[in-house]
Amino acid sequence: MTASTEGAERVIRRGLGLMLAGFAALAAVYLVALRFTPTERFQGLPQKIFYVHVPAAWCALLAFSLVGVGSILYLWLRDPRLDLFAESAAETGIVFSLVMLTTGPLWGKPIWGTYWTWDARLTFTLLLFFLFLGYRALRSAMHDPAERARYSAVVGILGMVLVPFVHLTVYLFPTLHPQPVVLKPSTPSLPGVMLRTLFLSLGSFTILLLGFLVTRYGLGREAEARGGSDGR
Amino acid sequence: MADLLRAAVAIAAKDLRVELRSRTALVSALGFAAMVLVIFNFARDSATVSREAMAPSVLWITFTFSAVIALNRSFALERENAALDALLLAPVSRTAIFLGKYLANLAFVFTIEAVALPLFVLFFGVSIRGVVSGILLTSVLATAGFVAVGTVFAAIAVRTRFAELMLPVLVLPFLLPPVIAAVQITSRLLAGRPMSEILGWLKILALYDLVFVTFCILLFPALMDE
Repeated sequence: MTASTEGAERVIRRGLGLMLAGFAALAAVYLVALRFTPTERFQGLPQKIFYVHVPAAWCALLAFSLVGVGSILYLWLRDPRLDLFAESAAETGIVFSLVMLTTGPLWGKPIWGTYWTWDARLTFTLLLFFLFLGYRALRSAMHDPAERARYSAVVGILGMVLVPFVHLTVYLFPTLHPQPVVLKPSTPSLPGVMLRTLFLSLGSFTILLLGFLVTRYGLGREAEARGGSDGR
Repeated sequence: MADLLRAAVAIAAKDLRVELRSRTALVSALGFAAMVLVIFNFARDSATVSREAMAPSVLWITFTFSAVIALNRSFALERENAALDALLLAPVSRTAIFLGKYLANLAFVFTIEAVALPLFVLFFGVSIRGVVSGILLTSVLATAGFVAVGTVFAAIAVRTRFAELMLPVLVLPFLLPPVIAAVQITSRLLAGRPMSEILGWLKILALYDLVFVTFCILLFPALMDE
């Protein structure tokens, strides 16, 4: 075993530790959300999904920003580790986008009466998911590591630039659907005890994101250390 | 600056000359645009959806999808005989290569649009009298932005497996803002709405152009490092 695989394994162990802590915290969130947080008066039990959905959306956006930051830093410093970091963040982002895109409709059906509507925020998050997928597809279609790193960094940066534009245009888009009664509470109107559960969940999800990210990064390092230019 | 532009124009002229000699890509893209228009006409329930209601969307789907398949050509033609390496060896900056490719792609896409627009008027029976300048301005503003992004992505896609598939996967999300804005403007123009309802969308298109052309100029050289 070489020194670099040992280093990579240390990173993986750290990542797995974080993941474990994240999952434990998530279990606590479920307990607190279901047992110790009052049920919302109008929405009833479906509102509990809020404590998973919002943190997942937050993590997806965070992961997306990390891809952008990693890409900019890569083009500047040309350190392959930054490329691996951006790749790990993108894959982590796909996971959280999927959580966001599945929990959203599950809540929407009982509350809005429909699984999907072309609401600005929904369209925006779906597009975020497509950007992640495009980024991932590009990476899997290229062999040369240095070339793949440069090309995906360019896509990562352009994707980050696109996000505010999509945000702007979909918000201005006049939707033909009748606006559903948006019962989703905004933060200031949220009672303190629910806010506490939300923050607890945000914290747990962020730890989980870090766990996924570090583990994925360590696995990438290990694959590199073992040789195989296309080991990732 | 003058050198940069001269080099860019030379590269664009080379691309257009290559295209004019064979005309393969242009003829295929025009045929594609015409067929999209025909399919759209039949891909609707004529009893419930009027041609007019669908017209703006049809116009922009035709423009953008034809442009995307045409953009593949831009760097695919440099792949043969490693022509890109020769271009990179030439004493011109990477920025000039981007601008040259961008200009050639713009000329190419504008040609498609110039042919598709009269066909659209003919097939969809819409009257564009009085709003021609507005539609032209919208087309220029919308096209300028997404062709810049498309040029960068064409350079990326050509180096991947499944280049023809990779380009649309990468570029379609970037078409969303210009297509939304252009469709909103076109439908308002056709409905004879006042300028004040259009101005905001025009500003978004202009901002998109400014931001993405700048970023593409800045990022393109990173693709061409060897």
